[in-house]
Amino acid sequence: MSPSDDQALSGAIFEESALLTVKDLSRMCAVDERHIVEFVEEGVLSVVEIDAAEWHFTGAALRRARRALRLERDLEINLAGVALALELMEELERLRRELEARR
Amino acid sequence: MEFKDYYKVMGVARDATEAQIKQAYRKLARKYHPDVSKEKDAEARFKEVGEAYEVLKSPEKRAAYDQLGQGPRPGEDFRPPPDWGAGFEFSGAGARESDYSDFFETLFGARAGTGNRRGAFHPGRGEDHHAKVLLDLDATLHGGTRQLTLRVPEIDTEGRLVSKERVLNVQVPKGILAGQHIRLAGQGARPPGEGTPGDLFIEVEFQPHPLYRIDARDLYLDLPVAPWEAALGATVKTPTPTGTVDLKIPPGSHAGTKLRLKGRGIPASPPGDFYVVPQITLPAANDDKAKAAYAAMAAAMPFNPRASLGV
Repeated sequence: MSPSDDQALSGAIFEESALLTVKDLSRMCAVDERHIVEFVEEGVLSVVEIDAAEWHFTGAALRRARRALRLERDLEINLAGVALALELMEELERLRRELEARR
Repeated sequence: MEFKDYYKVMGVARDATEAQIKQAYRKLARKYHPDVSKEKDAEARFKEVGEAYEVLKSPEKRAAYDQLGQGPRPGEDFRPPPDWGAGFEFSGAGARESDYSDFFETLFGARAGTGNRRGAFHPGRGEDHHAKVLLDLDATLHGGTRQLTLRVPEIDTEGRLVSKERVLNVQVPKGILAGQHIRLAGQGARPPGEGTPGDLFIEVEFQPHPLYRIDARDLYLDLPVAPWEAALGATVKTPTPTGTVDLKIPPGSHAGTKLRLKGRGIPASPPGDFYVVPQITLPAANDDKAKAAYAAMAAAMPFNPRASLGV
């Protein structure tokens, strides 16, 4: 039996609506704001150009930032290495998906 | 309690140098890191390796661990000696979020490994929690409520980090894609004292679907067709996420043809497409009538399927 709808929690798709500030990301990833700024400087995260006064990120930055933090911490790689690893991992994921869909 | 042979986990000798231990850890961590690895039990192995390294990289913890000797004989229960840990002072290091084994926690305490949590302390607001779930494709195609079982880290009354099971009924937003998150406001950790609880982020992945293959927002279906349907064109019944449709197979379709039904993939914004890939299926020539039909075809058509090979 499927659970009834009226007692279910509902939430939005985070990536579709979220526009995040450095402060939001810092809180969601439980790291210093300075660390988020370093991510931008090293090209781990990219900023959306909408406001010259404050940096903004799309919702997809959350997954990327959390992944970057895990790589940094667990494998002790520096930020340039993390940025490279992320790019290669994303390329690999894309190719795997394509291969799977077209097999 | 099960005795953990940390040297065996790391694949190093009991007299390995710090450099050798570090080297072994780096290699195993890259091999089993859940973000990188495709190994089946990567996450469990990664935790085990992380725990072993946590002990062996610290001279105090390693020395204390070495006092235990080689552990009990296989099958025997391990109990720490009553004078365990006397004279050692463990400094918490590492900020791994994972839970440690009972063995580790008994020896070094549950919080020994979580001493320096990175990060900013935000007063008045609880921490966000993150979880990953495997959903059926129908959940995103049609939306609907799913019962999700999550493992949530919690600090118990004695201040120990424990992992608890939590069952939630969640309305899955229609059109969510693999890798995206459902954000449940206020379902994260409660802050100590007054304040707002954090949020719960649920990352979505999909189970393989019996009919459709998934490529981000697009779906692919292999559709078996008869040779004459492919050659002459036909209208055939085809399952799609929004129900069965009559699909027109254009005349002269061949292997590798891809028919696109625009906007009939995952109903994200923008919606994905639905691709039908005809698979030409030969009827068996297992009676005289069928054999005669194949023979008539051979007689009627001068056809060399190997022309492109030059033979």
